[in-house]
Amino acid sequence: MVMKPFDPNQTPALEVDRVSHRYGARVALNDVSLTVRPSSFTVLLGLNGAGKSTLFSLITRLYAIRSGQIRIFGHDVASEPGAALSNLGVVFQSRALDIDISVRQNLMYHAALHGIASKRANELIAEVLDRVSMADRSTDRVGNLSIGQMRRIEIARALLHRPRLLLLDEPTVGLDIKARADILDHVRRLSIDDGIGVLWATHLIDEAGAGDDVVVLHKGSVLAHGPVGDVVGRSGGADLREAFNRLTGGADLGELETAR
Amino acid sequence: MTAIVQITDQKVTDRHRFSLAQYFICLKGIVWREALRFIHQRERFISALVRPLVWLFIFAAGFRQVLGVSIIPPYETYVLYEVYIAPGLIAMIQLFNGMQSSLTMVYDRETGGMRTLLVSPFPRWWLLTSKLLAGTLVSVLQAYAFLLIAWFWEIEPPHLGYLALLPALLLSGFMLGALGMLISSLIKQLENFAGVMNFVIFPMFFASSALYPLWRVKESSPLLYYICELNPFTHATELIRFALYEQVAWVSLAVVVGCTVVFLFGAILAYDPGRGFLARRGGPAG
Repeated sequence: MVMKPFDPNQTPALEVDRVSHRYGARVALNDVSLTVRPSSFTVLLGLNGAGKSTLFSLITRLYAIRSGQIRIFGHDVASEPGAALSNLGVVFQSRALDIDISVRQNLMYHAALHGIASKRANELIAEVLDRVSMADRSTDRVGNLSIGQMRRIEIARALLHRPRLLLLDEPTVGLDIKARADILDHVRRLSIDDGIGVLWATHLIDEAGAGDDVVVLHKGSVLAHGPVGDVVGRSGGADLREAFNRLTGGADLGELETAR
Repeated sequence: MTAIVQITDQKVTDRHRFSLAQYFICLKGIVWREALRFIHQRERFISALVRPLVWLFIFAAGFRQVLGVSIIPPYETYVLYEVYIAPGLIAMIQLFNGMQSSLTMVYDRETGGMRTLLVSPFPRWWLLTSKLLAGTLVSVLQAYAFLLIAWFWEIEPPHLGYLALLPALLLSGFMLGALGMLISSLIKQLENFAGVMNFVIFPMFFASSALYPLWRVKESSPLLYYICELNPFTHATELIRFALYEQVAWVSLAVVVGCTVVFLFGAILAYDPGRGFLARRGGPAG
């Protein structure tokens, strides 16, 4: 695997180092290594069942890492979970907001989970809500928001404690085309403006832009990793779709198309 | 590229060393959220109240004539059967509540709520303990609501008994919550609430002093008597019963404290996701 050349002195935002994971006999991740640089937008591209969710569960220490290492800004998730996780913001695939309570109450809860006192939390909440253009909805009940707005609140929440690494697991599922483009654009700007390293997991090829890094995960293995241009070039395909097709043997392209 | 330079120049700071005050903020936030959910889920509250009230209004009324209760501590006079089983029904509220919330904590690990909690940088033992405490406080509210209704049913413990009950309820609720977490982490078969009802809640409830005094059990079956004596639920019930009458059941207190420590320690160890069920079940879909 040829890795993208980058300054070796720079601490990666996320370093997944030879991680394997199995459920009983089924191998979910097989010797997976990948890196997310600070201030980069890295797309983790894979079909459903490729192992994306397992990888996320390991990075967020939901599952114990049994083989390999995961480091967030140099902090090992297994041995220094506190330091690792305080640098991490996550947007989960499953709904993670309480729909019965207000946007502000949801964010206050998150602040408490990071040990942020309410005065400071109020400042941070105003800031992140402004960031996702939802400042006027802070007292709304989450259940009254659209799915796209909920996603934005989830992103706001993930940013609340000012993480330097942001993970998003299929964040555009269930969104219409416009909301999808908005969220994508927004998170991409976060990586540029705020220097946040972003790992964006998706099965939608067109969510990877020309300037992004891409990791192709297929059946638990990393098939390619690097800037989109390099991955396309090495595969000999015309674009990322063709590259993905060639790398994975093409059998699954149909699924990718219909999944959209 | 300037942004990258900025970031790398930043020292990787140790932001994870939380102060005691921050631990408290975290606990407060978890309890506060549980309270908010509780306020918004009134059906849950009402259904938790209906169960013991059915026992009180129907079962106890029917058995009033059959089961006479002689004078045993902490009671100073003959008491109605309703009065006798009230503490057991309070413990039952806590047993159901503890099992239900713990089952959620173990099996809903995949859902957003638990994930949000577990990705917090605080140590996991603190997060789980806080969550258990939050669930216990909900069960305490349920217990007092039950007592309020029971008061109109002539279950009238001394006023100070209500106050003395509070620490007893906190302890017993915490023990039962920790037990629920331990059981649902260890025993794979107990994946749904029906299983827990059949194999945990009913045996614990019936083989205890909740429905009949243990001396009566001893008369009919010495073996069952010893089983009841060993049942932590018996001691939760007795702790509650004595507290309600401004007394301390010292042996029960010791048993409940001891069991709480053991169950909590075991539950936190068993909760280790590496040994969790999801892994054994074949993992998530994605």
